[in-house]
Amino acid sequence: MAGIFNKLKEKLTKTRQGFVDKVESIFTGARRIDEDLYEELEEVLIQSDVGVATSLELVTLLRQSVKERKISDPLQLPEVLKEHITNLLGEENPLCIAEDNLSVYLVVGVNGVGKTTTIGKLAKNLTSQGKSVLLAAGDTFRAAAIEQLEVWGERAGVEVIKQAEGADPAAVAYDAVRAAKSRNVDILIVDTAGRLHNKVNLMKELSKIKKVIEREVPGAPHEVLLVLDATTGQNAIQQVKLFQEAADVTGIILTKLDGTAKGGVILGIQGEAQVPVKLIGIGEGIDDLKPFDPAEFANALFAKSEEG
Amino acid sequence: MAMFEGLSEKLQATFKRLRGKGRLTEADVNEAMREVRVALLEADVNFKVVKDLISRIKERAIGQEVLESLTPGQQVVKIVHEEMISLMGGSESKIQISSKPPTVIMLVGLQGAGKTTHGAKLANLMKKQGKRPLLVACDIYRPAAIKQLEVLGEQIKVPVFSLGQISPVKIAGDSLEHARKNGNDVLIIDTAGRLHINEELMDELSNIREKVQPNEILLVVDAMTGQDAVNVAEAFHNQLGLDGVILSKLDGDTRGGAALSVKAVTGCPIKFAGMGEKIDALEVFHPDRMASRILGMGDVLTLIEKAQQNFDEKKAREMEEKIRKQELTLEDFLDQIKQLRSMGPLSSILEMIPGMGKQLKDVQIDENEFNRAEAIIYSMTPEERRKPLIIKDSRKKRIAKGSGTTIQDVGKLLKQYEQTKKMMKQLSGLPGMGGPGSKGGSKKGKKGKKGGQGKKSFLKLPFPF
Repeated sequence: MAGIFNKLKEKLTKTRQGFVDKVESIFTGARRIDEDLYEELEEVLIQSDVGVATSLELVTLLRQSVKERKISDPLQLPEVLKEHITNLLGEENPLCIAEDNLSVYLVVGVNGVGKTTTIGKLAKNLTSQGKSVLLAAGDTFRAAAIEQLEVWGERAGVEVIKQAEGADPAAVAYDAVRAAKSRNVDILIVDTAGRLHNKVNLMKELSKIKKVIEREVPGAPHEVLLVLDATTGQNAIQQVKLFQEAADVTGIILTKLDGTAKGGVILGIQGEAQVPVKLIGIGEGIDDLKPFDPAEFANALFAKSEEG
Repeated sequence: MAMFEGLSEKLQATFKRLRGKGRLTEADVNEAMREVRVALLEADVNFKVVKDLISRIKERAIGQEVLESLTPGQQVVKIVHEEMISLMGGSESKIQISSKPPTVIMLVGLQGAGKTTHGAKLANLMKKQGKRPLLVACDIYRPAAIKQLEVLGEQIKVPVFSLGQISPVKIAGDSLEHARKNGNDVLIIDTAGRLHINEELMDELSNIREKVQPNEILLVVDAMTGQDAVNVAEAFHNQLGLDGVILSKLDGDTRGGAALSVKAVTGCPIKFAGMGEKIDALEVFHPDRMASRILGMGDVLTLIEKAQQNFDEKKAREMEEKIRKQELTLEDFLDQIKQLRSMGPLSSILEMIPGMGKQLKDVQIDENEFNRAEAIIYSMTPEERRKPLIIKDSRKKRIAKGSGTTIQDVGKLLKQYEQTKKMMKQLSGLPGMGGPGSKGGSKKGKKGKKGGQGKKSFLKLPFPF
């Protein structure tokens, strides 16, 4: 526990510095719990991409708790806020793996969020857990996307099923499912081209890819993972909603959390769309993909440096 | 998400209670500003930028005789709009072309912002302008990034300079040499995506800059970026001294508040906007249109411009004449379809209409329907097109066969034509009912709304008039 915690904490330092410094400076600098304090707190949340509605909600919850528990010390507020944030984030939610059968993961998202990179990391992660993994190069649109996945496949030591650039991605998925079945692999991860969620035809294409997988493997895809860039603002909520409509997203992978983006977008999403965050990307290394642990995440956000 | 109509209505409600009060007091304005603040924050404009903006708007709004107006809410929106435009800087800016070629352009940014794609788009644009660009592959880190640039270069027939995975500083330096020898007058350097807090990689950018002394260092920013956009832009600007910004992925449905944030912290103009995955989807950035978009007002100006560019004035006048005389034929029908389609994909046209963005999600625009209509009309004899009434069963059968459609399709089209004709009769009675070329510019919200309704009816028909 301590090891993972420290690693996450270290990686989240930047995130933390932004968020926690601000929160703590408010609390420690605060004289007493008053309207200004709540307002400043709301501002910090908004600045962390939490979104106006969710920020207001959190502050309202904080107010209620302060009232109910008769809190008078402003220094207690971070704990209470952490509690509400953890509640909002829900339980830890691991990836679904079919017992004694092929599991298929479909990875989707808008352009440039890090789908291919994440798949590389995920493949490594799963093989190191003793699973056999196969990748499908479903991004047949972007120049050299197939090559990019192949490099990651090599790094993770897994094979990539591909067709030529410009091929029908549903056909690639079909081939890959067939190959996965005949090779008896545990997990097939299907890459897809980045697409903006407001492009109706491209979203239809996604539904088609999913249907092909559904037809070939009962119960599949076991996960439809939406990759979200942590630097994204409120549009992330729209992304979740529309990808959910087109492909029934089962989980979110939040990438690029090693920057200064605050990750507040997660709270905004949980407040409005109810799709669990399953994994987070915290670096460019092949091992920098971690399960998303809501409590740990909230803790790391609020932990004071001496606690580590 | 609050659309412009939403903001406008909220402001309207706020002001309703204040009617008859003469001038706006600070308290009144404060209340209105709360709504403006939420709208801007929801659009991902950075918090601090919103604060500054609000204080400026407040200054202008207080004491104004806003209440005299029937629509004080819209007046405030107008002030907000104007302030946003002035913040984003005057009109479009261009690439500075060096008097001593080659002009060196360097693209920088976070991972996944779209540097490689926009390098190719920019090269394509330069090539169209008669330049001889050279793309330089300095992203040695991301797997297959060099290959990506090479593939794109091949697509647009622009040479790509790469030396594999060696020091990007050396690649950049050598490329300059290469450009001089080969007569390339524009050098576009693609760099690896990096976090603005990664000192080592940020220093690498400085070293490339030292080596090639770029004329333009452009930051590529994802239009969907949230509050963090200011930190990113600030860090790159401090490290390198940016000359401009390319806003990518603006063809999404993001409101794009990052545009304001980036401009506010760097002072650099946004020079281009990426509007799609196609290589020619690079447009000049228009601050006024962006302001409308951030406020959710729809991109009416672009729509009008497109309409003006593509609608043939003379044809439009002829059409008006025909409408007045109620002589609409299927040939005119065909003309209309062609003109509308020459403006680009219907979906992107509709997205520019205020208030349509949201409604559009449920509307599937079937471009095929237009193909079908065209095919049907093409399969008619000239006489049939002019006098559709003569089309009875056996003609319908022939037309259906000829156009690869069904008799029902033909019947449907004829019915739509009749309905349109009927509607035309009613419209021609109205004053000021111009043809499609009419420039009744709907810059303001109210008229914009009207435009939205007009489009709705054509979706049903689905023929535009």
